[in-house]
Amino acid sequence: MAVKNRVPVLERPVEERIKSFEEVALGYTEELAVEEAKRCLQCKVPTCVEGCPVGIDIPRFIKQIAERNFEGAFKTVKSFNYLPAICGRVCPQETQCEGTCVLNKIGKPVNIGALERFVADWAYKEGLEAQDGADVKIQEARDKKIAVVGSGPAGLTVSSELGRLGFQVEIFETLHELGGVLVYGIPEFRLPKEIVKKEISDLKNLNIVLHKNTPVGYAIDPRELLETYDAVFIGVGAGTPKFMGIEGTDLNGVYSANEFLTRINLMRAYKFPEYDTPVYVGKRVAVIGGGNTAMDVARSALRLGAEVYLVYRRTEAEMPARRAEIEHAKEEGIKFMLLTNPVRYIGDSNGRVVAVECIKMTLGEPDESGRRKPVPMPGSNFILEVDTVVEAIGTEANRFLLSQFPGLETSKYGYVVVNEWGQTSIPKVFAGGDIVTGSATVISAMGAGKRAAQGITRYLLESV
Amino acid sequence: MEFPENTIVRKRRFAPKLYEFWIRNSLVSRKAKPGQFVIVRTSERGERIPLTIVDTRPGEFRLVVKAVGKSTYELCMKNEGDVLADVVGPLGKPSEVRNYGNVLVLGGGVGIAAVLPIARALKEEGNKLTVILGARTIDELILRDEFGFCDELLLTTDDGSLGIKGTVVDAMRELVKEKKFDVAWAVGPAVMMKFASYVAKEHNFPIWVSLNSIMVDGTGMCGGCRVTLKDEKGSKIEYTCVDGPEFDGRFVDWDVFMNRLTQYREQERLALEKFLAEVGDVSWL
Ligand SMILES: Cc1cc2nc3c(=O)[nH]c(=O)nc-3n(C[C@H](O)[C@H](O)[C@H](O)COP(=O)(O)OP(=O)(O)OC[C@H]3O[C@@H](n4cnc5c(N)ncnc54)[C@H](O)[C@@H]3O)c2cc1C
Ligand SMILES: Cc1cc2nc3c(=O)[nH]c(=O)nc-3n(C[C@H](O)[C@H](O)[C@H](O)COP(=O)(O)OP(=O)(O)OC[C@H]3O[C@@H](n4cnc5c(N)ncnc54)[C@H](O)[C@@H]3O)c2cc1C
Ligand code: SF4
Ligand code: SF4
Ligand code: FES
Ligand SMILES: [Mg+2]
Repeated sequence: MAVKNRVPVLERPVEERIKSFEEVALGYTEELAVEEAKRCLQCKVPTCVEGCPVGIDIPRFIKQIAERNFEGAFKTVKSFNYLPAICGRVCPQETQCEGTCVLNKIGKPVNIGALERFVADWAYKEGLEAQDGADVKIQEARDKKIAVVGSGPAGLTVSSELGRLGFQVEIFETLHELGGVLVYGIPEFRLPKEIVKKEISDLKNLNIVLHKNTPVGYAIDPRELLETYDAVFIGVGAGTPKFMGIEGTDLNGVYSANEFLTRINLMRAYKFPEYDTPVYVGKRVAVIGGGNTAMDVARSALRLGAEVYLVYRRTEAEMPARRAEIEHAKEEGIKFMLLTNPVRYIGDSNGRVVAVECIKMTLGEPDESGRRKPVPMPGSNFILEVDTVVEAIGTEANRFLLSQFPGLETSKYGYVVVNEWGQTSIPKVFAGGDIVTGSATVISAMGAGKRAAQGITRYLLESV
Repeated sequence: MEFPENTIVRKRRFAPKLYEFWIRNSLVSRKAKPGQFVIVRTSERGERIPLTIVDTRPGEFRLVVKAVGKSTYELCMKNEGDVLADVVGPLGKPSEVRNYGNVLVLGGGVGIAAVLPIARALKEEGNKLTVILGARTIDELILRDEFGFCDELLLTTDDGSLGIKGTVVDAMRELVKEKKFDVAWAVGPAVMMKFASYVAKEHNFPIWVSLNSIMVDGTGMCGGCRVTLKDEKGSKIEYTCVDGPEFDGRFVDWDVFMNRLTQYREQERLALEKFLAEVGDVSWL
């Protein structure tokens, strides 16, 4: 059977986007969305749904798009996924819903992410209220209070799920904006902050109380939360950056991805001096890593006028970043230095980085993860001159809260240990998202939030 | 009258470009311990700057701020009744206050304010307290009348306008010749903390210094505030905002630390120039 080609998503032209932080993917028009939706075979056993961590009824919402029932499609999506405009943009669809779509056998899968984004954007443009207040209200839920620590995707999902049931939810976020990585990590050109704000503002309809600038730890003692609330959810993310620890890490101009991106996204350093927070970029930037974070850093640095080298120790096939980001990065002119690893950073007499010494790698035997292990090639060292280095090699458990939480069981890497319901070693404390799994995805953090909301409901309403 | 959170309820000028503020904030006023800090954003487009919590009273906390660049100029130009965009805290580990015996406390410049709550808490624990406060000149030797509780108080000024002519570290060098200390605290300019740490190392007592690393989030998320600590066994990186701000100065790699403070010198100059061009003459500040 012949399968029609995927309907391409409109994108901002390369020349334009490398100079601005405006969104790159422009999405589908109504006509294009309907056309793409018609490619779906409406499978009796929709394998796509299995690939979605929150189990959206994908054939249903796509059928509604094909029938031009956009409002219906939006309601369908929203009943499974609280942040569709965000997930449609940032999910690694190729390894999730689209990866398991049957069309893969004969051609390209349905562009589920772009369709999901389309319905959400359409609905917001039409002014549809994303959340029409609590829908399922359970009487006994009304006098139960729940504290949610952290406002990333995990915390937001728990809050919306519990809010809809009528629970009294309060969110505690230490930063001055809500959204976690969605606001401080993922750049504007991939996820406009207006969209994050819009999806979060709907929480107000559920009477959820939002406390910004409120760190749990020294400011709010975890013991206080345990006394005051019927249940506590921890969704503090895996926010502490790792460094390779090689010589020269303490030179000026060597950043972690989190710092570089936080300055640019949360603090709007790309608009310095209109905004007060500075960032140093220079003419040539080396970004170390191959994940979404590395791509985001590379493309941000490019937009700030630098020539950017992406230094990754494996090959493109092993890069954990979303396919679309890798393609966009290449189109925009990021120079990929594959099978290459930094061994030290070299500074000038002012203690500022001026070069990276790299070594060439080859792929050896597969390691525990099944990926072929990169091994250095002796004598292949070379020098790459740069003004800035950004390490994007991953994060570890955020110790900011956990060091203040007595009796909470953590793994040897410092992540919180939970059961299938997200419940921790302290019965009234639940957790989910990156602080349980280590750095993962937006949608998996949301999935964990959903399960924890169910866990909390069971725990609270059965114990009454 | 009830003020909204983060309102400046009182402002006082100590010396040119050196101000005290009392700020309304229920969380900080209730929870702050000596050694901790807040992160403030003065305005909507502002950067996040860390400032030490100097004191608290019901519903309010106290800051002492020296105008050195765009953000602190802007803050020092705020008036009573103005509201700050954001205040978050308390952050950082509290000072390890307990009974050590003989304690030496050093405060330099605006660091005098930072060291006040620590000194007071140390006294309450029954320590025998020697305090040396220093500044460039008499006007900047702030809060000296609030240190009446200590057992011995020495004052120094660079120009000799009050007390010993010289620096805090000069006075410390003389003092340690005749007196033994179990532990010291030093808060002030980086050079002062560095040289005080060398003296403590020579005389073999621990010295807590409060590092003023450049910060963004203050929650261990960005790694920008990292410091290098060194001992015989090797070196390691820690984060000032969550592992500090106090570290034993004997193990701090001071060259790295001081160099990291200069990272944005060029942008900082630009930001201040632009700000001054907008607001006009601020010689009165
Ligand atoms: C640069 C970057 C790009 C990414 N790109 C993608 C992508 O394209 N697709 C994708 O699916 N995933 C992506 N990810 C991963 C994804 O963003 C995370 O997996 C997800 O955000 C985890 O959600 P979370 O709710 O667990 O935590 P987070 O989003 O990390 O949020 C945690 C929140 O808790 C707050 N907090 C921490 N401690 C405290 C405390 N003590 N008190 C109060 N608040 C506290 C933090 O300030 C933060 O706001 C990316 C990550 C990064 C860093
Ligand atoms: C834990 C801690 C407590 C502090 N307590 C006080 C205090 O009680 N009173 C006081 O007056 N100052 C205090 N400081 C210093 C204060 O944060 C800086 O003076 C202020 O951030 C400078 O900002 P600016 O824009 O006015 O000056 P800029 O011109 O931007 O910078 C001047 C210098 O300040 C430092 N600096 C710049 N940005 C930051 C930043 N985001 N974080 C930290 N340092 C920065 C740099 O070394 C820079 O060279 C403290 C710093 C820390 C880390
Ligand atoms: S939420 Fe993510 S995985 Fe699920 S259907 Fe949407 S894009 Fe696919
Ligand atoms: S698997 Fe693909 S074709 Fe089948 S229902 Fe899902 S999206 Fe449609
Ligand atoms: S200020 Fe970001 S980690 Fe300390
Ligand atoms: Mg500044």
